[in-house]
Amino acid sequence: MQARGLRSAIAVAAVAVMAAGAAGCAASDREEGGEGTASGGTFIFAGAGDPKNFDPIFNDDGESFRPVRQMFETLVTHKPGTADVVGGLAESWEHDASGKVWTFKLRKNVKFHDGTAFNAAAVCYNFDRWYNMKGAAAQSQMLYYQDVFGGFATNEAETAGKSIYDKCEAKDEGTAVVSLNTYKGAFPGAFALTSLSIASPEALKKYDADKVTQSGDSFEYSAFANTNPVGTGPFTFGGWDKAKNEITLNRYADYWGDKAKVDKVIIKVIKDETTRKQELRAGTVQGIDFPAPADRKALETEGFQVLNRPAFNILYLGINQKNNPKLADLRVRQALAYALNREQLVQTKAPGGSSVASQFLPDTVLGYAPDAQKYEFNPDKAKQLLKDAGAEGMTLNFYYPPDVSRPYMPNPQEIFTVLANDLQAVGIKVNGVPRPWNGGFKDDVQQFGKHDLHILGWTGDYNDPGNFVGTFFGRAKPEFGDEKMTDMFAAITAADATVDEAGKKAAWEQVNRDIASKWLPAIPVWHAPPAIVVTKDVKGLVASPLTAEEFNTVTVSAS
Amino acid sequence: MLRVIVRRLLQLVVTLIALTALIFIWLRNLPGGPVDALLGERATPERRELLTKALGYDQPILVQYGKFMQRMLTGDFGNSIRTGDSVVEVLGRSFPATVELALAAMIIAVGLGIPLGYLAARHRGRTLDNLTVGGTLLGISIPIFFLGYLLKDVFTQNIHWFPPSGRISTGLDNTNVTGFFVLDGLLTREFDASADALWHLILPAVTLATIPLAVIVRITRASVLDVLNEDFIRTAEAKGLRHRTIRGRHVLRNALLPVVTTIGLQTGALLAGAVLTEKVYNWGGLGTLITDSITGSRDYPVLQALILVAALVFIVVNLLVDLSYAVIDPRVRVR
Amino acid sequence: MSEQGGNVSEPNTQDTGTSGMSGRGVTALAERKKARLDELARASAEPGGVSMFRDIVRRLSRNPVAVTGAVIVGLFVLVAIFAPLIAPHDPNQRFDQLLDGLTADTIPGSQDGFVLGSDPLGRDFASRLVYGARQTLLVGVLATLIGLAFGVVIGAIAGAFGGWVDVVLMRLTDVMLALPGLLLAITLVALASRSSQWTVIFAVSIVSVPIFARLLRGAMLAQRESDHVLAARALGVKERAIVLRHMLPNSLTPVIAQATLTFAVAILEAAALSFLGLGDPDINRAEWGLMLGVDGQRYFEIRPELAYFPALAIIIVALGFTLLGEAMREAIDPKNRR
Repeated sequence: MQARGLRSAIAVAAVAVMAAGAAGCAASDREEGGEGTASGGTFIFAGAGDPKNFDPIFNDDGESFRPVRQMFETLVTHKPGTADVVGGLAESWEHDASGKVWTFKLRKNVKFHDGTAFNAAAVCYNFDRWYNMKGAAAQSQMLYYQDVFGGFATNEAETAGKSIYDKCEAKDEGTAVVSLNTYKGAFPGAFALTSLSIASPEALKKYDADKVTQSGDSFEYSAFANTNPVGTGPFTFGGWDKAKNEITLNRYADYWGDKAKVDKVIIKVIKDETTRKQELRAGTVQGIDFPAPADRKALETEGFQVLNRPAFNILYLGINQKNNPKLADLRVRQALAYALNREQLVQTKAPGGSSVASQFLPDTVLGYAPDAQKYEFNPDKAKQLLKDAGAEGMTLNFYYPPDVSRPYMPNPQEIFTVLANDLQAVGIKVNGVPRPWNGGFKDDVQQFGKHDLHILGWTGDYNDPGNFVGTFFGRAKPEFGDEKMTDMFAAITAADATVDEAGKKAAWEQVNRDIASKWLPAIPVWHAPPAIVVTKDVKGLVASPLTAEEFNTVTVSAS
Repeated sequence: MLRVIVRRLLQLVVTLIALTALIFIWLRNLPGGPVDALLGERATPERRELLTKALGYDQPILVQYGKFMQRMLTGDFGNSIRTGDSVVEVLGRSFPATVELALAAMIIAVGLGIPLGYLAARHRGRTLDNLTVGGTLLGISIPIFFLGYLLKDVFTQNIHWFPPSGRISTGLDNTNVTGFFVLDGLLTREFDASADALWHLILPAVTLATIPLAVIVRITRASVLDVLNEDFIRTAEAKGLRHRTIRGRHVLRNALLPVVTTIGLQTGALLAGAVLTEKVYNWGGLGTLITDSITGSRDYPVLQALILVAALVFIVVNLLVDLSYAVIDPRVRVR
Repeated sequence: MSEQGGNVSEPNTQDTGTSGMSGRGVTALAERKKARLDELARASAEPGGVSMFRDIVRRLSRNPVAVTGAVIVGLFVLVAIFAPLIAPHDPNQRFDQLLDGLTADTIPGSQDGFVLGSDPLGRDFASRLVYGARQTLLVGVLATLIGLAFGVVIGAIAGAFGGWVDVVLMRLTDVMLALPGLLLAITLVALASRSSQWTVIFAVSIVSVPIFARLLRGAMLAQRESDHVLAARALGVKERAIVLRHMLPNSLTPVIAQATLTFAVAILEAAALSFLGLGDPDINRAEWGLMLGVDGQRYFEIRPELAYFPALAIIIVALGFTLLGEAMREAIDPKNRR
């Protein structure tokens, strides 16, 4: 209250002073007033974009997941700060020898925000809800469900496959058994996906959660998704003020685990990275996501805590073998790899803490092969290989998105310029083709395969090589024009189907060695850790490689 | 008279229908679009197919357009692709923000511009005049977003007089009545909210006011100079009227006519400037909405509605002016 | 931002009363713009051709404002033409010396051989600034020329034929004139399927089409009834020849003045589009608006020079063109030519 009074006094004073045209004395007053903005128990965090809605299953992006993660929980989860799977709503879990039957021992005395009990029936209700979801509108918004389970009870898309989900049984109050049709390497990591959070069955029914209506050329979501999300997490939903771009979350007093230390969390949406930084500096927010790489050092010097998330992503230079037949020659692709000075690119343009990538997955993921072939910068060798393959002076169309900033790719225009420069140095003619991210780039590259080269990347969802390597090279895609590389697809499918842990590791390591030396369908460039910045008063925030920070451990000391 | 109105209304309807068709079909033939924006990196052929079908993009374009027109006749402009909010609601949220900003900028521009212009004219050729004219030239030559960046850097980062962005402090518990935050605070007697909103408003308004200010100063100056040369002023002076009377009753009143017209003219320019200013200060108005729906989410229903509303407003204003001419000037009626 | 060059002229207050009558079906918003253009156009009705032109040049050379503008414009054009001779380095070459100190959060400043230090990719910033004059001139000139070409065609047709052709064409330009320029440009860029330097140039140029069209039409109309045209017609000169040989050349003086002002607006709008993320997508091109709108914005805090220098260049050049254009307009104005 005190602070607000002061501030308004100052605002009025400032107006008066401005009007008089002699603004000269308000600065020192303002200093004192600004500090007090953080009242006792509120943590204000600036996110980078609007969430879509708050029903976990219909969301797939980080900005929607940020509030969802505070309100909902999954059966298994990740140990804070790592991608290691630990118990969540399930205390323990096991699967049978075939890998198809998963038994979850559930935590006791857990209650949803609406007071209903969390139990095996609730778990199965959620699984069945997903599997039985009807309507093209709803199904089209369940990206992660499709990713993991493949299909629905009744598929709306003709090309969709059969679901690998079989059934879920509540054996007793505290035991849920999920049966699958086939084993998949993604489990148990995939059970930790935020999309597969467990929601209150009562609330789902009461607020008509399955009702996704198509209205014109867009979707309308239910009251559950918009105004009444109910989970088991440490925060309950407070509201979303769209005129002010603020999402409010309140502390859930009956939370089963570590109860939230702050009374309230406000997530403020600020799309512009410079503005986020300036708000942090002004003391109006206590934390920001995705600072510009250029600002990190300055913020650190000024006493802010810049928390680097362990890199769990990859940026690659994609190669389409289809349009230019020379690119189907392994020697030419190797020449491209030798031509790139990735060390220099990382040193000059990557955010602090980045590293050159030699494989398509970070070294913390199972299946990373330390002895896989590496391509050091060697322009002479590149020229020689090009000469051997008769590909000297070829022209390549290099597609890049000029208008986007992704965690693995903060500035595509600059990355393109540097890579193109390196390729030109070995005598390749590069024709740069800028296409807006949502205005043709993904269409041209992923669907029509119009390009020869492109830059793109990926942030991992859980600790499984299939989520990285399998996503890129598990099957033929227009992005790589690689339908002839059937060996590669077979090897990846086999590795993903291996249930036994040691066998799985060995199989994936071999896949990664072969990708580096035998197939080289694309060239890995770097792993770049995205950062999160908080003021020095904020304690207890653990940066997560999966950008899955939880706010219940956060404290804000009033200064 | 009635015939003119009927004919013009028919013209209006035809123009609008043609415009909707053009924009609708054009937008849907652009590469990429909402499907890409919704799927992100995770697009697979199956997902594209499903989403395209779910959004109804697989139907023939004329069928899509027919459905769109049908909905529009019932007042339904569609929903934002990203959040699912109705477009009317989205526009309704952004509109007051921009109007609030533009109004504040206009108040600054007029409040400073007319006195400055007048003073410059009175002191023609002297230092004050030269400084003013120089300043206005600089004002129209400086990229407004760059000026915004400078002001923001100085006044929010180096000396913390103003907040860097937004319309009101985060977490401030204010009641939303009209969407005009300053006004809301006064209506609900939450005076602190009103002051807070005003405090956020100053810097963006100053930035946006630069160009109209420069223009108004110049027009006022020129206009006052013209009037000062008029015979009736000389007559008044010769009659020995007091300077104050001459200034107040004759000079200013006569000089203000063109200035008022200019203020009207600058409204359009203000909207264009708002696009830039809103981006600099993260001001959630129409300008932000336009750039967002184009560059980021490819929110075609929103973009479509924005263009249509702009066109509608423009055409209706045009129509009203035409009609008023018809009333005033009999020659037009004949045509 | 949009109406910058267009609105700054000093108004002729006596004219405001009459403009309403000439306007059939226009919005009040466009009213003043039109009044001013029409007034400028009337100047060309005065006979005189070469002697009038000489007269204007003579009067301009005595006006310090015009001289300042001309000097700035002249210098700018010279730098643009001789950029390869002036620039110390190749603007696209990356130098090891600069790359050594370059990281994501530091950009090396002034040092041996590189007066202004590095750009964000290890290239010589000074050389890029110099070459920037070239690209900026290109964008400005092309945008102005395209706008002029369309405007001249529309205006000349309307002015030469009159009647319903005139009504329809002018109706169209009135609509465009009343829309805020930058909004029109943004809409055009949004509706373009591919963004490139050309989309930007085109979007910026469209804004000036109605201005030129209106100007040309007014000048032609004014001349239709003027003595030398009437004389030519009486002598039996073909209508086509009258338009091309007599009316068009005499209409060009006000057009040149307007083009000078349009240039300033064009480079400011190109910069604004870059800032909004709707500009030229190829950051390799050294163009001031692009440098300011993209790098200047991104690296404002760690190296503000990346914003200051292009901004300063834009401001000075825009100022130069505005001064020159204004002075020309004033010189053409018959009121001042007594």
